[in-house]
Amino acid sequence: MSRRPYIRPVSTTGWWLRDGLYFRYMMRELSSLFIGAFTIFLILGLYRLSQGRAEFEVFTARLLGPAGTAFALLTLIFAIYHTYTWFQVTPKAMPIVLAGKRIPGFVIVAAHWLLFAAVSATVWLLAVIF
Amino acid sequence: MSERTVELEILRYDPDQDQEPYFQTYTVPYHEDWVVLDAINYIKDELDRTLSYRWSCHMAVCGSCGMVINGTPVLSCNTFLRDYPDKIRIEPLRNFPIERDLIVDMDDFISKLTSVKPWVIAREERSVDDGEYLQTPAQLAVFKQYTACINCMLCYSACPQYALNEPFVGPAALALAHRYNLDNRDIGRSAREDVVASNPGIWECSFVGACSEVCPKLVDPAGAIQQAKIASTGDYFLDFLMPWRRK
Amino acid sequence: METIDTDIAIVGAGGAGLRAAIAVAEANPSLKIALISKVYPMRSHTVAAEGGAAGVIKDNDSFDYHFHDTVAGGDWLCDQDAVELFIHEAPRELTQIEHWGCPWSREPDGHVAVRPFGGMKVERTWYAADKTGFHMLHTLFQTSLKYPSIERFDEYYSTDLVVSDGKCHGVTAIEMRTGQVRFFKASSVIIATGGAGKVFPFTTNGAIKTGDGMAMAYRVGVPLKDMEFVQYHPTGLPGTGILITEGSRGEGGILVNKDGYRYLQDYNLGPPDPWPRKKAMELGPRDRLSQAFWHEQQKGRTISGDYGDVVHLDLRHLGEAKIMERLPMVRELAQSYVGVDPVKAPIPVRPVVHYTMGGIDTDIDTATSVAGLFSAGECACVSINGANRLGSNSLTELLVFGARAGRAAAEFARENGPPVVDGDARQAAEAAEQRVLELFRRSGGNESIAGLRRDMNLAMEAGAGIYRSEDSLQECTQTMQELRERYRRIELMDKSNVFNTDLIEALELGSMLDVAAAMACSALQRKESRGSHQRLDYPDRDDEMYLRHSLAHYSANGLPSIDYSDVTITRSRPAERVYGGSAE
Repeated sequence: MSRRPYIRPVSTTGWWLRDGLYFRYMMRELSSLFIGAFTIFLILGLYRLSQGRAEFEVFTARLLGPAGTAFALLTLIFAIYHTYTWFQVTPKAMPIVLAGKRIPGFVIVAAHWLLFAAVSATVWLLAVIF
Repeated sequence: MSERTVELEILRYDPDQDQEPYFQTYTVPYHEDWVVLDAINYIKDELDRTLSYRWSCHMAVCGSCGMVINGTPVLSCNTFLRDYPDKIRIEPLRNFPIERDLIVDMDDFISKLTSVKPWVIAREERSVDDGEYLQTPAQLAVFKQYTACINCMLCYSACPQYALNEPFVGPAALALAHRYNLDNRDIGRSAREDVVASNPGIWECSFVGACSEVCPKLVDPAGAIQQAKIASTGDYFLDFLMPWRRK
Repeated sequence: METIDTDIAIVGAGGAGLRAAIAVAEANPSLKIALISKVYPMRSHTVAAEGGAAGVIKDNDSFDYHFHDTVAGGDWLCDQDAVELFIHEAPRELTQIEHWGCPWSREPDGHVAVRPFGGMKVERTWYAADKTGFHMLHTLFQTSLKYPSIERFDEYYSTDLVVSDGKCHGVTAIEMRTGQVRFFKASSVIIATGGAGKVFPFTTNGAIKTGDGMAMAYRVGVPLKDMEFVQYHPTGLPGTGILITEGSRGEGGILVNKDGYRYLQDYNLGPPDPWPRKKAMELGPRDRLSQAFWHEQQKGRTISGDYGDVVHLDLRHLGEAKIMERLPMVRELAQSYVGVDPVKAPIPVRPVVHYTMGGIDTDIDTATSVAGLFSAGECACVSINGANRLGSNSLTELLVFGARAGRAAAEFARENGPPVVDGDARQAAEAAEQRVLELFRRSGGNESIAGLRRDMNLAMEAGAGIYRSEDSLQECTQTMQELRERYRRIELMDKSNVFNTDLIEALELGSMLDVAAAMACSALQRKESRGSHQRLDYPDRDDEMYLRHSLAHYSANGLPSIDYSDVTITRSRPAERVYGGSAE
């Protein structure tokens, strides 16, 4: 006849399926897998390039094939999602105070998107030119 | 015309009698301005004296009445019946052992709060005769948000890291450490380092952000922890370059 | 029954209890402190205080002004030597808690800021936004964590003081998580358990304000002083009773009746302009404002609402920026609980019970008539508040008298050494345990805790409310006697040992019934009107007969007996309490 605290079990595998916020968090984390894999893929591409034109063309054909396109598209979606969530949280991690007032979060987020757009445009332009 | 009623499904547990928790359903009258706590008080007063729970201020400032209502950790004293369907499921806070009904064992939280040394470690000694430390409104604004924590533990209930990794110091404790680290009167960041800037401290946090979502006082513990990570990283490198510096 | 040895046992871990614990730890780090509370310290009701804490620091202020404001505010029932001491220590204590990290609101140059408050000639209320009690409590709690000599016993419900031979040997308490009663053997005991607002139905007070410490001291023979003086805070939310701080009036808020008229000008508090103006209109003392509401109600000029009559607190003219800076919590509370945004609409408010001026009779050093027993905070009556407390004196009181109690208890422990628990004391401790077990085992009862509590609440509100009369009080005291009889027939439905809140509520009800009887009987005997005790049948103040403190003495079988003690008057002779225009 005394205390017997009860510990409710937590599912180590299924906890993130219970709640929308947890699910979106895991998707954000999952994006790193895809981005990582794609990076390795690109490095492989560089290696193939070093092996000669023929090898490289095999590589690019694979990249442009149905599986490759699907993989690239999925990675793009995950990358954009990751970028979006990353930008959303930067104001929380780095509060900036100017002239005694805190800069509102959306200003910082907007600045990030503008910079993102500028860099993307530059890279795309370079890709087109060269 | 019959009065509108609401069904409350509450997780019960009496270690003297029960092997494990079970749900019990009660029907209470609906009132437009009632909060869930009012409904629970009605149950205790009129229907079932054995229902046990914590509460006091009924104005969201004492932090006693945290519980999980329809899956989300909230304060039952500012959770209105009118915002919920006619069936409401109530459980104690997650990630803490259940002592009895809606009452959880808070020992781990208290010990973690204590471990971050949440008191002023004075930057300069000053006697009461010398008057107050000077602190401009701008200096106060830097840490003011992080003073608002009412220790309600909703953040611990929401945090999946705390759920899966018991040694994690946790959102409220780390936000409180951050509050003192940012206070211009305090110089204790290095004294708190061992607990705060450690593996079970801020580095266990993977920025899920659920804590800040549920915080009733908008403390934003997730933001506090990320800021602490940046400060700690800076400390690490600066300590390496200038080992003589105070912080 | 397990015995826990300690040097100082402190019952209650709110502002006063925590401050006392810190004072003991600093005075003598080798003394063991048991800090016993029925809730975790940060849940203590200090947390709900909003407006601020008074202390003289600005150049335009003086100790004389604070002294006179407090004594006049208390309708000359304050012990003036205690007030003198209090106002002098106030700024030191407030500075001390600032050193401990309390985030006081500041002026642009970095010094602590002050705001005007009711009944005060000059602004001297230090504030931390509109959550001063919250910040003070958390600062004290967090600071207390750094002293290894403070051992906390959280969620231990104290039931009885163990006294033998006029000396206090400790206290018994139920460990709520196991249901076991423990005997804390101590050289000195400090009671800092707060007030008893839950005796009334509409109150700003939280669930825990049930007067347990007052009842404990009362039952071992310490008189309860000035219990008839119960403060109604003029602006509580209807229904819930949630506090809307006086600070909202300090910042310029106004009170209007159903005609949009600032009615306080009809009650010797005007003229209405210029506004804000100290000690006038909405910044008059709390008792006057609550009484004005009652009169407006009698005249039918209040506004009818779902929870009875209200008046309107209008903050619209302050503007959103000022409200968000100085009164953010007020806005939040009004929006959540009455669905009103004060930026756009006036807040419905009414007087609700807020503070117990009366309490455990102590001297200026917080000592009681039982050797080794001290008390501080709302549960004690020194008295610095007299017949009516000025807003923002109470938070300061916690610090000043909490610290004094700690030092006095430490000194007593040092002088007297550990207690020798003789046969009588051991018997008293065991009797205390039996009292709890009897309640636990009782069967065949036919009274309900909720029912008795409700009857007590209604009787007190009707009989001992803002205005009282011979008839209303006679009926009330009679009801209190009946309720105490009926209390013997309650039975617990919950028989568990773990967190049995049925048992705790039953014990709390017992405390409240004792305290309520003291309040009603003291009010019946005081045949005058003074401060917050207003008699329709005796509307004037009678200094000749009643410039004295009432003392209620516990009787196990009947109602308390009431006698009187002198008020210490030093340099302020009773005069007319003047507010409004002529106070300029």
